[in-house]
Amino acid sequence: MSDLMNGDIKVSIRNLYKIFGLDPASALQHVYDGTSKADLLSEHGHVLGLRDINVDMRAGDITVVMGLSGSGKSTLIRHLNRLIEPTAGQIDVDGEDVLAYDEDKLRELRRQVMSMVFQKFALLPHRSVLENAGTTLKVRGVSKREYHKEADKWIKRVGLDGYGDHYPHQLSGGMQQRVGIARALTSNSPIMLMDEAFSALDPLIRTDMQDLLLELQQELHKTIVFISHDLDEALKLADHLVILKDGYVVQQGEPQHILLHPADPYIEDFVSDINRARVLRVRSIMTPLNGPIPDNAHGEVDYDDTLESMIARSGGDTSHSYVVMQDNQPVGILDMTSLVRALVPRAAPEEGVRKY
Amino acid sequence: MAYYDSFFDKIGLRDWCDAGKTADGPVSMADLLAKAGVKKEESGINIPFPSLDELHKACGSIGQSRDVTKGVEDGFLAIKGALRFVLDPITQPLSWLLEFALSTIEATPWWIMFPVLGLVVYLASKSWKLIAFVLGCLAFLAFIDHYDHAMQTLAVIYVCAFLCVLLGVPIGIAMSRSDRMQRIVIPILDMLQTLPPFVYLIPLIFLFSITEPKLYGIAIILYAIVPVIRLTDLGIRLVDEDVIEAAHSFGMTDRQKLFGVQIPLALPNIMAGINQTIMMSLAMVVIASLVSAPGLGVLVLRGIRNLELGVGLVSGFGIVLLAIILDRVTKAALNRVNAAQKT
Ligand SMILES: Nc1ncnc2c1ncn2[C@@H]1O[C@H](COP(=O)(O)OP(=O)(O)OP(=O)(O)O)[C@@H](O)[C@H]1O
Ligand SMILES: [Mg+2]
Repeated sequence: MSDLMNGDIKVSIRNLYKIFGLDPASALQHVYDGTSKADLLSEHGHVLGLRDINVDMRAGDITVVMGLSGSGKSTLIRHLNRLIEPTAGQIDVDGEDVLAYDEDKLRELRRQVMSMVFQKFALLPHRSVLENAGTTLKVRGVSKREYHKEADKWIKRVGLDGYGDHYPHQLSGGMQQRVGIARALTSNSPIMLMDEAFSALDPLIRTDMQDLLLELQQELHKTIVFISHDLDEALKLADHLVILKDGYVVQQGEPQHILLHPADPYIEDFVSDINRARVLRVRSIMTPLNGPIPDNAHGEVDYDDTLESMIARSGGDTSHSYVVMQDNQPVGILDMTSLVRALVPRAAPEEGVRKY
Repeated sequence: MAYYDSFFDKIGLRDWCDAGKTADGPVSMADLLAKAGVKKEESGINIPFPSLDELHKACGSIGQSRDVTKGVEDGFLAIKGALRFVLDPITQPLSWLLEFALSTIEATPWWIMFPVLGLVVYLASKSWKLIAFVLGCLAFLAFIDHYDHAMQTLAVIYVCAFLCVLLGVPIGIAMSRSDRMQRIVIPILDMLQTLPPFVYLIPLIFLFSITEPKLYGIAIILYAIVPVIRLTDLGIRLVDEDVIEAAHSFGMTDRQKLFGVQIPLALPNIMAGINQTIMMSLAMVVIASLVSAPGLGVLVLRGIRNLELGVGLVSGFGIVLLAIILDRVTKAALNRVNAAQKT
């Protein structure tokens, strides 16, 4: 398997198009000529699923794909393991073109390299939790003893110790999704695909699951592709955020950067509702240090602190400024005035009315 | 004078008609009556429907409707040889199986049969109450000296239902995997299900001799196989799309998907199909006693033929008991499957 370093590009999607309909090839020509999703449907009877997607996913990162319902998120993630075949484009995994794979190699890819977690859990109702978690190894022909051992390890790791003999219908939704995650982890694949994995769970359980995922990721450094339609979730998890609309990428990049520099009104509107103080971090709004540390600073703050904690610390006094420390080195200055300015979205939506 | 004479005169086919007239063709009842001077009462407007018989009166070249039935019969008899040549060897094992099952059951004394059946019920249902009920019913049947007939009925059902499952489940699986196959098979199933059971018997009687067990075996299988095919197809098609997608995403082969996911998840539906198949075998084995199927049906038939009311009613009650037993046991097995995969 790959011996890529963290940060190298693990999955690369190039000029990916997907059109649903009877004759995608000729509809594709219209899309190349600039026909919009709505026009393609009304005039040519084809659904534009994805349009010219270019995304690089780095090893060890969580790439979150976000968008409203129908924007093509599920379609995109299903291209990675070719549950859906593209109309045009290229998908490289570890530098290999997976579209060129024949059936056997594709099966190997699905067994060894990618594992998937589903919104509706998709567990086998007639199998115990242990068997479910072991499915990914079982399909490879691993012996029962071995896959039970591995599955048991991951069941414990996701917090279901003692539930191995239970059946899925005896578990709550949150616990079932833990089984779903354990099943994906049991395969020991470097890439995990998660399609709205937490969307069916209620908010508190959801937060728990997000924390679990981040905790696992700290230790395992998988390449995770996570689909979400919830911006708070996306911002919490994402190393790299891709925002889809009507099948094309509106903006992608570091989440903090997107929040502070939305590329178009659609995204401005999207990000206007969230609690910026809780999401934005000191590093995103500090002024880099050039020259000596000013002596009027009120103290030192960490590079990764949220703005919320800064407001609490300064007691709301906007005249303060702080030295920003990263690994005990001063790297910048945080001015409370610029912090307050960053809390206001660049363009607030009119009177709470969504423009899209 | 026939009503349509003038019509054939007008369109100028008279010559062709008369050329076909046979002087001493078979005489019909109506002709005889006419000769005898019996005249049907003519009302004001009496336009006979231009049926074959009516047209034949006006035009000898047109056949009578009894030529149609005769033609069908001749056609069937013409291919009978070929059909027999193909079907006879294929269906021979069915005769052997039925003979074997019947002779085994005959040779097995009741004090072995009861525990064996009890064990079967236990394996299917894991319920002591049901075992007591089943053995109670059988003891009652034995007590009124209907044990042998009841066992013959059970043996025939056992063989036929087993073959229905053996053939029906793979056909259902094939149908679920190909829409084309489904389009072809469904009309056949519809036909098998709507044909009155007696109609099956007619061609079979001509094909096979009435002493062969496969005659009724085939009739029962044709009649009872429909639900297990339908419900296997339906069950597999109804398996949750998400689970199938998950199966693909883990790189399952078609085989792994079929045996590890589709069939287990379709099992409640398949079992419901088997239950119906068994009940329909029972219905047909009674009717098939017309063509020498052994069992309680023979007694029912005797009741009808000889107007022996008591014999007919008691054996009819025996059939009801068998039906309840078979239904309870298969339902119990079905419920156990259902409970295991509640979602
Ligand atoms: N098999 C298909 N045939 C035709 N159109 C399809 C098919 N699958 C998806 N689409 C269309 O492609 C578009 C994107 O669908 P997709 O399921 O990827 O959206 P999504 O972003 O995952 O939405 P959601 O948040 O509701 O899951 C939609 O317009 C949908 O109607
Ligand atoms: Mg989706």
